[in-house]
Amino acid sequence: MGRPRLSLPEVREMMIYVSRKMIESKDLLTQADKAVGDGDHGVGMARGFENVLKIVEQKELSSVEQIFMATGLAIMTSVGGAAGAVFGTFFRGASKNLQGAEDLTPAILSRMLQGGLQAVKKLGKASLGDKTMIDALEPAAMESLNQTSADLDEALAAVAEAARRGLEKTKGMVAKIGKAKNLGERSLGYPDPGALSTYLILNFMKEFVASL
Amino acid sequence: MKPPKKIINDPKHVVRELLEGVVEASAGRIKPLTSVQALVKTYLPEGKVGLLIGGGSGHEPLFPGFIGDNMADGAACGNIFAAPTPDLILEATRAVHRGKGVLYLYGNYAGDNMNFDIAAEMAAEAGITVRTVRVWDDVASAPPGREEERRGIAGDLFVIKIAGGAAAWHDRLEDVQRVAAKARDQVRTMGVSLAAGSIPETGEPTFELPDDEIEIGMGLHGERGVAREKMLPADPLVDKMMDRILTDLPFNHGDEVALLINDLGSTTMMELLIANRRVHRILRENGIAVHDTVIGSYCTCQEMAGFSITLMRLDDEIRRYYDLPARSLGFVKG
Repeated sequence: MGRPRLSLPEVREMMIYVSRKMIESKDLLTQADKAVGDGDHGVGMARGFENVLKIVEQKELSSVEQIFMATGLAIMTSVGGAAGAVFGTFFRGASKNLQGAEDLTPAILSRMLQGGLQAVKKLGKASLGDKTMIDALEPAAMESLNQTSADLDEALAAVAEAARRGLEKTKGMVAKIGKAKNLGERSLGYPDPGALSTYLILNFMKEFVASL
Repeated sequence: MKPPKKIINDPKHVVRELLEGVVEASAGRIKPLTSVQALVKTYLPEGKVGLLIGGGSGHEPLFPGFIGDNMADGAACGNIFAAPTPDLILEATRAVHRGKGVLYLYGNYAGDNMNFDIAAEMAAEAGITVRTVRVWDDVASAPPGREEERRGIAGDLFVIKIAGGAAAWHDRLEDVQRVAAKARDQVRTMGVSLAAGSIPETGEPTFELPDDEIEIGMGLHGERGVAREKMLPADPLVDKMMDRILTDLPFNHGDEVALLINDLGSTTMMELLIANRRVHRILRENGIAVHDTVIGSYCTCQEMAGFSITLMRLDDEIRRYYDLPARSLGFVKG
């Protein structure tokens, strides 16, 4: 408890942990996507994070910005479909405005989530309530603003919890965008797979920091 | 359900291998890019506006089969039913750029829109001007007035044909974009699905439909249509589809159209011809002249059963590009 920040090597370790856990979540995401989409989300995200793992492990990355930019590019160039564009853009957006930070602090985490949220909204034109990953990401980004003076483990716990609550709410939403839109009311009762991925990523970050 | 029989090798290699097949059939006129799933014309003159099409694979001959003379200059091909990645699209963009910019032309799906938009931004950073036209011809997918929410289906062929002609003719990207968007706005399609196709990697059907039912307006990937009904004979089925199409634009007495009767994958030419006969009769009764009729497999979803009807209203300008000869694997016009 009470870790104010992660050093650069720790941020890299965190992304390796997140990647491994996302690859392990393949079946969970496949099942979630089969209910409302075409069932390729698990395979796509696993492929994306395998690529992240390779690049983050091998490439020389000398700032938080570079780690998230490399993560975004790795996802964007390997996943394809809507998920590749959205999650690639999230990490690329998250890497903007970090001004060469070499530590991950709650303030940097908040800037990351704001930057990622803005970039995804600009690209996908989705709003809260459309049953997309925005429904998990936006509450998480908002919560991060309240956590800038907390310790990093506390901040991540609060942010992941906000994403989880957002994810739960997507079960009661009718999809208004993407392939699930075509299900209309039939999408009710199921969580959005992109929101699930968003929650998982933040939750795995939390797990990593809590384990230190 | 047992996975259907398919003539494939390793399911992971289907896209790469089908693209190799397109290249082999082109007698040297089309080449693959070395590192990505994209094909481009071998010969592209300096100063030509580039036309790049693309989208998920599994709908052949759409998109790689429409590369050719007075057709598209290149195609960026994603995995089965998944939009291509921005880096792939960017590399294809570089390969077709001849100093006058590149028009992106593709079906209106969230994944394609985002990936092509990111690629367009990257291309701009690389000094290549890109303009975009999205095809949204499927009248079943959103009501009139909300065309921008509609999906792109078989109407892709007609818009690619017109844009290909315009890109061969005009030397300004803005003109090619204008003509392509104008053609897009004159195209309407309605489909009906009888049975699902399957995903090559898994053998699983893309949707469930009871044996005795059909879905009018169902999308290429099983997206919900406008009505699920018991199976109908050809004539009343065509009547329902044509009623939707004609009232949507609307097409009026005195109009002239190009007509496409498109097989979604496993519907026979016999059935398409029976439908075509009824479509012509309806058009005649409504005083709509048919300039040209195209019948066959152009925009498919594996072995999906069903067909779609597409009309494109012609004016002098669109007719001129329509009548240009064209040569590609999937579409030839003498």
